[in-house]
Amino acid sequence: MARILVFLEHHEGAIQKGSLGVLAKAGQLGGEVSGVVIGSGVRELAEAGGRHGAATVYVADDASLAAPLPQPRVDVLAKLVGDEGFDTVLFAQSVLAADVAAGLAVRLGAGLNWDLVDLDADGIGKRPALADSVLVDVGWSSDVRLAIFRAGTFDAVETGGSAEIKDAAVELQGFSTQAEMVEQAHADQQGPSIEDAEVIVAGGRGLGEPEKFALAEELAQALGGAVAATRAVVDAGWYPYSAQVGQTGKTVSPKLYVALGISGAIQHKVGMQGSNVIVSINKDSNAPIFEFSDLGVVGDLHEIVPKLVELVRARRS
Amino acid sequence: MKIAVCVKAVPDATAGRRIDPATKRIDRSVELAISDFDTYAVEEALRLKEEAGDGEVVVVSMGPEKAMDALRKALAMGADRATLITDSALGGADLLGTAAALAGALESESPDLILFGQQSADGGGACLWSAVAERLRRPVISQVSELTTESGSVTGKRQTEFGYDTIRAPLPAVIAVSDAINTPRYPSLKGIMGAKKKPQSTFSAADVGGAVEPATTVVALAPPPARGDARKIEDDGSAAEKILEFLAEKRLV
Repeated sequence: MARILVFLEHHEGAIQKGSLGVLAKAGQLGGEVSGVVIGSGVRELAEAGGRHGAATVYVADDASLAAPLPQPRVDVLAKLVGDEGFDTVLFAQSVLAADVAAGLAVRLGAGLNWDLVDLDADGIGKRPALADSVLVDVGWSSDVRLAIFRAGTFDAVETGGSAEIKDAAVELQGFSTQAEMVEQAHADQQGPSIEDAEVIVAGGRGLGEPEKFALAEELAQALGGAVAATRAVVDAGWYPYSAQVGQTGKTVSPKLYVALGISGAIQHKVGMQGSNVIVSINKDSNAPIFEFSDLGVVGDLHEIVPKLVELVRARRS
Repeated sequence: MKIAVCVKAVPDATAGRRIDPATKRIDRSVELAISDFDTYAVEEALRLKEEAGDGEVVVVSMGPEKAMDALRKALAMGADRATLITDSALGGADLLGTAAALAGALESESPDLILFGQQSADGGGACLWSAVAERLRRPVISQVSELTTESGSVTGKRQTEFGYDTIRAPLPAVIAVSDAINTPRYPSLKGIMGAKKKPQSTFSAADVGGAVEPATTVVALAPPPARGDARKIEDDGSAAEKILEFLAEKRLV
């Protein structure tokens, strides 16, 4: 029987929804499921792992693990996998998880498959590749199998269980502690979280100038949704970071995602491809966003959106 | 300061990217080009060298022999030399094999700083730097959008899902830069003309410590599930009405 360990990533006192989703997936694989929480002052997070399907949660709680840096986590995981004989280690995609998983793969000589959208009990994973133009079935030839799942693939499920909580040893390598966190500037959430919104209207560079975000805001208001932004416009200072969707922003999966002036670069796509329905407006008919839009409109958003806002308002009133 | 930039030669976007059903590997028989994301790392290396007033920028890659043609773009931008790990024994290498080969070449080069782009353009896991850092037992910082060097150390500011982190590490260090870090320069005509004459060397599998067996397998390929009834329309003045109709049909308004 498979012995599965799930890396439970956390932020500000809560385990990430993506990690809990992977726990739910692990529970379907017919093995024994454990989780591991690594950080400082994180012991109380272990119970949430139990409530979401882990039979055992290992806790590595040490001041040296306070900063979310990958290499000390590789040390903890490598020892835990060796000591407890895990044969499968699963991650939800994140900046930290990718760095941890790759380091662990080398340390253990274990195969790593990434960007998976599924994994079956026989150890075959599914990975959409080359801009999702082909679906690849992947496997492992190593004793220990590592996998990173695409962000937002699985929903967390409350099982109501409780986990046995055990300590994981913390023995760090010299080179693992050389990188040090100097400063963390983590933005406070402003307004309602886009992660919970059922409708999202997102703006990109095609809006033309920061003031034009008013168009996205009006449409969002008319549709009863929230406003999101691409990394390019957040970097340019047009919109706050808390609204950023993409590889280094939030991962969202609303019922409706309206993309205004967004080209659909891979970094953005990974944050919103789980949306139920995607509507995009872009004046460039070759924009990649059209390849994964349910309705793609080639045209000038500055003409179309004001009309659409009026039409939606009229229909709703 | 000696800076190594690890780059990947990927099938040129205009040539089309496909997986060869026979080998189940990405078809590299087409024209190859340096992955766009890697040009940001090349630019950053050149910027650091120019700022310091001296140093060397060496481009390191692994791929088929003709990948050297793609590396010339980095030389045309201003890199001093290119070295390519090329050996049929390394074909089909996965993360472990690629990391081992690159680490082997980097050990021979012993640079002060090792740069990567933020991901490859043809299906990477955006994590190779971390595997290479583990092989070299050196610190790693990824997703860096601002990079500064001090004597003997490097500081990177980066963006994660939660905001901005500033991380410092002693040299030699492995850094992956994001595409927010700079605007890569276009090679000048002089640069393009001079690129062919710059030193270009190769490593064999034996030179970098031998080939490492893949630990992952590709079992099968299939067309992706279709995304419902995707539609694309040109605005003829009625796009707003058509969007509303579509939203109504999907019961979203």
